[in-house]
Amino acid sequence: MIKIENLTKKYGNLTAVDNLSLQIEEGEVFGLLGPNGAGKTTTIRVLCCLISKTSGNVMLNNLSIDDKKNRIEIRKIIGLLPENVGLYESLSAYKNLDFYAKLYQCTESQRKERIEYYLKMFDLWDKKDVAAGTFSKGMKQKLALARVLVHDPKILFLDEPTANLDPEATKMVRDYILELKKEERTIFLNTHMLDEAERICDRVGILKTQLLEIGSPEKLRESLLGKKSVVEVDAITDNILKSIKSLGFEQISVDNNKMIIGVNDPRKDNPAIIQAIQDAGGLVQSISELLPSLEDIYLKKVRRIE
Amino acid sequence: MNLKNVWTITTKDFGLFRKKKSILYTAFILPLFLSIGLPLILWYVINNKNLPVQHIFPLFDAFSFFFVILASIIPTFIASYSFVGEKTEKTLEPLLATPTSDDEILLGKSLAAFLPVIIMIFISALIFMVLMDIFTTAKVGYIYFPNWFFVTMILLDSPLGCIMSIELSVIISSRVNDVRSAQQLAVLTIIPFFVIYLLTEISVITLDINALLLIAGIIAIIDLGLFFASRAIFQREEILTKWK
Repeated sequence: MIKIENLTKKYGNLTAVDNLSLQIEEGEVFGLLGPNGAGKTTTIRVLCCLISKTSGNVMLNNLSIDDKKNRIEIRKIIGLLPENVGLYESLSAYKNLDFYAKLYQCTESQRKERIEYYLKMFDLWDKKDVAAGTFSKGMKQKLALARVLVHDPKILFLDEPTANLDPEATKMVRDYILELKKEERTIFLNTHMLDEAERICDRVGILKTQLLEIGSPEKLRESLLGKKSVVEVDAITDNILKSIKSLGFEQISVDNNKMIIGVNDPRKDNPAIIQAIQDAGGLVQSISELLPSLEDIYLKKVRRIE
Repeated sequence: MNLKNVWTITTKDFGLFRKKKSILYTAFILPLFLSIGLPLILWYVINNKNLPVQHIFPLFDAFSFFFVILASIIPTFIASYSFVGEKTEKTLEPLLATPTSDDEILLGKSLAAFLPVIIMIFISALIFMVLMDIFTTAKVGYIYFPNWFFVTMILLDSPLGCIMSIELSVIISSRVNDVRSAQQLAVLTIIPFFVIYLLTEISVITLDINALLLIAGIIAIIDLGLFFASRAIFQREEILTKWK
């Protein structure tokens, strides 16, 4: 479990993270969204005990990062995949993993077993003796993921794991992260790729120095944009609009022969809307619930702060 | 301090150095070249120039001092690669995220630069002594090497010079972004040794055991200062936020 209370990190006069509070439960996949410079990497670095915080409290598995002795213990239970994968390019895939497994005090048998397991899992076993520098970006990212997992960490910090990857490699890495989700590891994911967060994360937070919003992608949609129905009719007339407004729906926007109507509960309200349109002489061609993307929410929140 | 972690980092760096031909040439070929080349020069001079015996002894000591210079210059190439290489390959952050202390990483990487150099200096010094004795014993009338002067130079001044050069490389590595620049700046370490060598050659100072002990004392004090400076610089937060 990760518990962050009023975390602030300043570099001189520049505030990178301001008063961040959130809690991530065991086995949860949490995505921190934000534009470049929003403080996502700084947050991960503080959580991984790589840099100090200016104020606030941070606990990982009930270990406070304030205690120097805890920092080594915390690093034992976490795995960090930084934005730059940072592999030793002239060392083989196997030697890269073996080096890290040794630093995590894995026994020789654990090292052999886990390195083989993860290299096979990531389809790199055949290339185990090949220098990492010759790998494609996707292969390097997979090897870096294997490195993060080789000591069997409870908490994973993934900083932009699919940045700079081509679509195929991106899908591959995302699929592996979803596999890790099944293993019930706690995953803290930094990303500015909204569809990635939407597909992978149980909850997301939008950060722009301050935490602007937090919740599941579904909850964020509801809380920020409300529920809306899209109704397509043969022709929109004043009578139809009056008829709908008479039901108490005031939020109506019109685009050609489409209306977007703010509703409370689409299941209950949509039949009444259809009836009102028919009563006003209109013909309903389709009606559906408008599902705003995480991108809409993100842009709305981030632009509001700008 | 976990010495197992220190050794893991050291051996990993050895693995990286093995793939770098420039490091191999510098660390191994240069000392061997001097250990064979200098006795050969002396052998040539003795046999072809009919050098008087009293002129040979200063050459023994002058040639010997090259090993101190060598011990100060070679680590700069290795240490610069070791520290700046991690920076350029972006491997420092994942390394810093492991359960190792800053001191373990610093010591591990310093040992990776220190051990091959000092071992090569010892091997080269041994070859140098044997060849010098073979080529000069007949001329000077007795076996000159080993002697306390040379032993002090190899076992005291050379390791201390080597440590100084590694510590300076750590400090320089925090301020530059490419291995070549780091190496070029770190080479400045040899300037004081070169000045000593020149002053000896123009007879301003005389290199004897007392002078070597004095030099060793001065280097030890500088090493201590540089140790605290490099330790202050090699901190996780410093590396991730302030290293260029």
